[in-house]
Amino acid sequence: MSTATDNVGLELIGLNKVLGGRTIIENLDLSVKKGEMVSLLGPSGCGKTTTLRMIAGFLIPEAGKVILAGKDVTTLGPDKRPSAMVFQNYALWPHMSVFKNIAYPLKIRKLAKSEIEKRVHDALGLVNLMHHKDSRPSQISGGEQQRVALARALVQEPDILLLDEPLSNLDAKLRVKVREDIRDLQRRLGITTVIVTHDQDEALSISDRIAVMNDGRIEQFSTPQALYDEPATEYVANFIGSLNRFNGDFAEGQIQTGSNVVGIRPEDVYFSAHQVPGSHAATVDLVVPRGHFFEVYLSSNDQKIRSFMSSEIPQVGDSGYMRISKALIYKDGKLVKVA
Amino acid sequence: MAHTENKLNIQTSSWLIRLFLSGFIGFMALFILGPLFWLAIRAFVTEWTFPNMLPEGLTLRWWKVIADDGSLLEAIKNSLIISPIVVLISAVICLPAAYAFSRYEFFGRKTFLIGMFAANAFPKIGLFASIATLFYTLNLMGTVLGIIIIQVLGAIIFMTWIPAAAFSAVPRNLEDAARDAGASKLRVFWDITLRLAMPGILVALVMSFLAAFDEAQGTYLVGVPTIYTMPTKMYALVLNYPVQISAVFSLLLAIPSVLLITLARKQIIGGQLAEGFQIK
Repeated sequence: MSTATDNVGLELIGLNKVLGGRTIIENLDLSVKKGEMVSLLGPSGCGKTTTLRMIAGFLIPEAGKVILAGKDVTTLGPDKRPSAMVFQNYALWPHMSVFKNIAYPLKIRKLAKSEIEKRVHDALGLVNLMHHKDSRPSQISGGEQQRVALARALVQEPDILLLDEPLSNLDAKLRVKVREDIRDLQRRLGITTVIVTHDQDEALSISDRIAVMNDGRIEQFSTPQALYDEPATEYVANFIGSLNRFNGDFAEGQIQTGSNVVGIRPEDVYFSAHQVPGSHAATVDLVVPRGHFFEVYLSSNDQKIRSFMSSEIPQVGDSGYMRISKALIYKDGKLVKVA
Repeated sequence: MAHTENKLNIQTSSWLIRLFLSGFIGFMALFILGPLFWLAIRAFVTEWTFPNMLPEGLTLRWWKVIADDGSLLEAIKNSLIISPIVVLISAVICLPAAYAFSRYEFFGRKTFLIGMFAANAFPKIGLFASIATLFYTLNLMGTVLGIIIIQVLGAIIFMTWIPAAAFSAVPRNLEDAARDAGASKLRVFWDITLRLAMPGILVALVMSFLAAFDEAQGTYLVGVPTIYTMPTKMYALVLNYPVQISAVFSLLLAIPSVLLITLARKQIIGGQLAEGFQIK
């Protein structure tokens, strides 16, 4: 029992939050292991930021508990919690230098000057910003500001690191690099981390586990691979990756009439000129190049279906055979069968 | 061919614009600085009347008159004591109010904000007349306290509206970040909110000081004949002294304004506070 709790970095139990008369979060449970990196993923308005702000202490839940590193912090203010947050637009203090921004949390903790100096320098080294220590936030680039915000959080040696859409203000190229840097740093320091994002690519590539949120609830909480391969609900299947969706059932390798919902990943749809067991006649309607793969629109038996192909790309109008290797069957939005 | 013609046109028009602009700037400079210049000359010359192109002679006599006249010195002293007190009192009353207006939603918030404007929208003399009746019953007529109250009334609008806007302009997530870093609410206010709102508060302090320093109507009504400040003394000066004395007095009256605006300008436009607001 004690080993189980020792291993828990963050635990949310039955959280409820009402804002402006509207229930934002309803009975939310989440357990994050020590040293684990977890994403809260969902569209805007799903309650992911509200959840993060409850973990940080900016919002107090109407019901439920927030347990950080084994300590109940539900009613503590943000200044009393062992958490550190990186804000969406970094929230660096414009009237302080980079050094002073990072030193501020330590100054508040009344550390000795030499100790502050040492720890700030360590943090600056960690994010490669030594050369900017005397700059003002307005004098450095967005990516650098982001790293200062990260250093300011890490210098506090928090039990848990909270990241609120930390990459959304960076351009696409930089985003990929910074997210790798963050992941690398998180692994090296072994720090429990919760990151809020609406970007599935980001979540899939950076997290140990992802909590997909919808309407104030967690739809599914699993590893990226499990989320993708066996999405527990239709919502998750739609939100993560691409999906062909049909009303009906799946039998004998094709869509049949029925009362359920069938979801098929485009990469599980194969097309070839030759018939193989389980394949059905199909024609090619449209071929769209997508860089490293092609998006091929097929019709078969009055059904339109999309396929991602990377070799032996057919021409528009070609006739051939289509094979579906995997289908997800949902009943009332819940996964009932993987065929 | 058409090309060169076009170029020529642009050159002529830019030349015209420049001529017009310099003419306009010259006119504005004359319009604003001209009277001040004339005032400054007046303060240092003996006599200068219409047909004469040049003044009769230079003198410091008028400055000596003021230095020797106890009642004039008294007025200067009163002004220099009362105005800072007014600024201090209005800051103590209004800055917390400004913060509340900016950060909290409470009953009557809008009414108060608009009300402050409304009080300034009507001719003040009517307001002062009714205040005077009240002051008579409270024995505040002819007292320093009465003058302070009157001048604080005039400073309230500057001390509330400008700092309220300054507090509102401080991004909330900068405060959140400081809370997250471990700062108490009071510490956040001191280290972040107040620091970032400081340029606005400085402007408000300067404006209230000038408003208090220049206030004449109410101060005259309440203070005269027991207490004179520099502006109310001007009335007596214009009527009873040679015109050069008024010129000297006007220059003295302008000194705090010029001094304050110069100092504040450096703080607001120049220093690190401006960087916080990203204006340079």
